Amino acid sequence: MSPFAGIGYLVAAVLFILGLKGLGHPRTAVRGNLLGSLGMLIAVVVTLLEQSIVDYRAVVAGLLVGAIAGALLAQLVRMTAMPQMVALLNGFGGVASVLVAIATLLQERDAGRLMLQTSIAASASVLIGAVTFTGSLIAFAKLQELMSGRSIGFRGIQAFNALLLLGGIGFGALLASNPDAEIWLWGLVLVAGLLGLLLVLPVGGADMPVVIALLNSYSGLAAAATGFVLSNSLLIIAGSLVGASGLILTRIMCRAMNRSLANVLVGGGTASGPAADADSVYAGKIKSAGPDEIAMLLESAQRVVIVPGYGLAVAQAQHAVRDLTNTLEARGVEVEFAIHPVAGRMPGHMNVLLAEAEIPYEKLKEMDEINPSFAQVDVVIVLGANDVVNPLARTDPQSPIAGMPILDVDKARTVVVVKRSLSPGFAGIPNPLFAADNCLMYFADGKKAVIDLNQALKNV
Amino acid sequence: MTFLVAFTLFVLAIFLGVELITKVPPTLHTPLMSGSNAISGITVVGAVLAAGAGHGTFTQVLGFFAVALATVNVVGGFLVTHRMLGMFRRKG
Repeated sequence: MSPFAGIGYLVAAVLFILGLKGLGHPRTAVRGNLLGSLGMLIAVVVTLLEQSIVDYRAVVAGLLVGAIAGALLAQLVRMTAMPQMVALLNGFGGVASVLVAIATLLQERDAGRLMLQTSIAASASVLIGAVTFTGSLIAFAKLQELMSGRSIGFRGIQAFNALLLLGGIGFGALLASNPDAEIWLWGLVLVAGLLGLLLVLPVGGADMPVVIALLNSYSGLAAAATGFVLSNSLLIIAGSLVGASGLILTRIMCRAMNRSLANVLVGGGTASGPAADADSVYAGKIKSAGPDEIAMLLESAQRVVIVPGYGLAVAQAQHAVRDLTNTLEARGVEVEFAIHPVAGRMPGHMNVLLAEAEIPYEKLKEMDEINPSFAQVDVVIVLGANDVVNPLARTDPQSPIAGMPILDVDKARTVVVVKRSLSPGFAGIPNPLFAADNCLMYFADGKKAVIDLNQALKNV
Repeated sequence: MTFLVAFTLFVLAIFLGVELITKVPPTLHTPLMSGSNAISGITVVGAVLAAGAGHGTFTQVLGFFAVALATVNVVGGFLVTHRMLGMFRRKG
């Protein structure tokens, strides 16, 4: 590496640090993102000027293809599809690290200057990168609904995964000790890829925010490992920064569900069995209402809180919700949104959706902020959320969601739950909120329900 | 760069990353993730070095795919983050 590139990498690393710091604060987020991209541009340009690059064909072709595809993807993706977009990009980063590690390993070996340190690092990079790649593809498939979002697995899958991990480490060690035997390399690729699949398959849809954050962390660590392969300071620094920030997000998500990371990864929370007592919880206690009845309630309300969940994203109802909000506000009703930290399929999912519908940021209230005031709310509209408003989390220590912080919507004067049926949420348990005296069920598709409600309200 | 120096950088950067991202408001969770995701595409630097080394056809093909995929990661990640943040800024 030339001193010129070294200085360029230092500048890029500083820009990444400033960029990440900026991304953590609302006022500086846009600038943070720009600083990060400037750092990346500098890093790529100084690399292109390196003397070791003798053949530009593959480089230029790759940069062009990637830049065009990336720009198209970023422009065309719908905001509702952001979780799977992030998953896919994570996967691309992971597999790129694998390819770089393999290519470098082969080049160094053939040039007869392969060091033990390099081959060990290459093994680590292939292992982490391949797990990131296949894991992200499964996350993508689940989020894009190419496959079921439910937890999929078999008895002993965790023990099997532990074996795969040991196998991967074993293959890595064999490869490091004998880099000429490529069989170990391909064995490692295979085992690590399988491990990624089997790690994410058992994770259910509602736990996706944790997995996406974790895979984000892995893609950073894979880049850092590739940095060890290349003895490249910038890859090590940038990869580690991302690895650490991904871990922090993972921890925030786990805390919001009151679950340990291990519990999420084994597909916990999907308790089986208690579906049977749904009848005893709901029997004779469910009151259902239509748009006209609810419109009259809203008409006389002063303060309304909307609780969005994943169902809002599925129904693409965010614009209809914005229209309803406008109608209510035109009538002098105060409208706010209560956002549970793990609502949706990725950290901050609901915030992105509502921002797309141009619902002002100040109306979005965090759980801790709004929970004490639910007693002063006239009507709560729960839209496509279930487990995050289930009072069992507070009352039943045996429940799979026991101890999970929830939105205390049951304390409001009236709760309207928009839902297609009484089917349980991801946790698979009945929700006593639906049977509460102050709860009305509005059985309909989320988007249609909101549009009808808006129409009814205009006619009142 | 000796292994020890590389390892020192690694450990220090992990600590720095943890310190940088401590209190992030939930609104920024998604942009932070897609933005940091784009930064993890730094592996594009390694991909360029591998693809341009003029070593042989096989590694060149690997290098091409590495450059292309890492560039999608970088360009897609930064642009989509920018687009998202623009939505946050439009009002409020």
